[in-house]
Amino acid sequence: MHEFGIAQAALQQVAAQAQQAGATRVHRIVLRIGALSGVDPEALRFALEVAIPESSAAGAEFEIETVPARARCQQCEREFEPKTGLFFECPHCQALGGTLTQGKEMHLVRLEIS
Amino acid sequence: MTAPAQPAPSQPTAPASTPDVVVVDVRDPADTLPPPPGDPAPRGPRVVDLQVRILDENDRRAAVNRELFRARGLRALNFVSSPGAGKTTLLQRTLGTLAPELGCAVLVGDLETANDAQRLRRPGVPVAQITTGGTCHLDASMIQRGLAAIPLDGVRLLFIENVGNLVCPASFDLGENRRITLVSCTEGEDKPLKYPPMFSSAHAVVLTKIDVADAMGFDRALALANIRRAAPQAEVFEVSAKTGEGCDAWCAYLRALL
Repeated sequence: MHEFGIAQAALQQVAAQAQQAGATRVHRIVLRIGALSGVDPEALRFALEVAIPESSAAGAEFEIETVPARARCQQCEREFEPKTGLFFECPHCQALGGTLTQGKEMHLVRLEIS
Repeated sequence: MTAPAQPAPSQPTAPASTPDVVVVDVRDPADTLPPPPGDPAPRGPRVVDLQVRILDENDRRAAVNRELFRARGLRALNFVSSPGAGKTTLLQRTLGTLAPELGCAVLVGDLETANDAQRLRRPGVPVAQITTGGTCHLDASMIQRGLAAIPLDGVRLLFIENVGNLVCPASFDLGENRRITLVSCTEGEDKPLKYPPMFSSAHAVVLTKIDVADAMGFDRALALANIRRAAPQAEVFEVSAKTGEGCDAWCAYLRALL
């Protein structure tokens, strides 16, 4: 369950960003999690439900946006959605070794504060 | 080690050649950020758009560790695997060969107990046990606290034995120079395909316990093929830390890092 560690790290970032923005209260937290980030959104949701009330953002709602994986073929340069996290095989030209363009995100992208 | 001129009376005396293991308990992080202070003039609700990496703090600390390793001219290796794959036994064998010829130090992470550190202690090798108290991986701040607890002068190779876990440690950069993933012949041949991130991020993969492969009916060729599929970038070693088979090539790889 490393999602608890991720939740705690996220809430540290929330605290730092809220402090920087001069906030007294955090109303809403939006996180963006990539499909290949290694984070299970359901487990993260559970971890945040437990961790938020104990944090400086107590009372805040949260939202987890998921980002599908995308890769670009190095051979034909077309974009595709990789079938697994392992081999980025191009469905157009079957070349292996596509480069991931999105899907590894683990970001704090929005805060609603006052 | 010589006795101090004025011995501290309450200090237990350790055997001369094997100093007591240092235990660094990180379950109460001393370095979490403080909560934001109250703003005397609260403003209305507003939206702040950000692009902050959640593990930014860990990555920043990992960069500090990496710079410390570089400045000291040492190489740090992060050993990851499932529990029981043989990290500690491989390290015991490795230290037996390398510790007499070059400076080695060990940080070992577990949820509880200093058992692994006790197994790894040997003369001249500083060892710190990091007990995480439930956290399923080591992070960069734990490494900082572990490093502060051991003498690093003369250390060329720092072995970091991560918490046994084939999932979570993949996400946490410690600042290491090499990530070494172990998989044992008593696990399934398809382990590398089931836990891709731990293999795709490895610099080297060590297939351990090859002395029991045949007895376990383990298909070594299939396992190696799966390792190469999951970790095409990694150097692959097949070893038995028990018999010593394959350990020469493994130790040669470590020497060549310096």
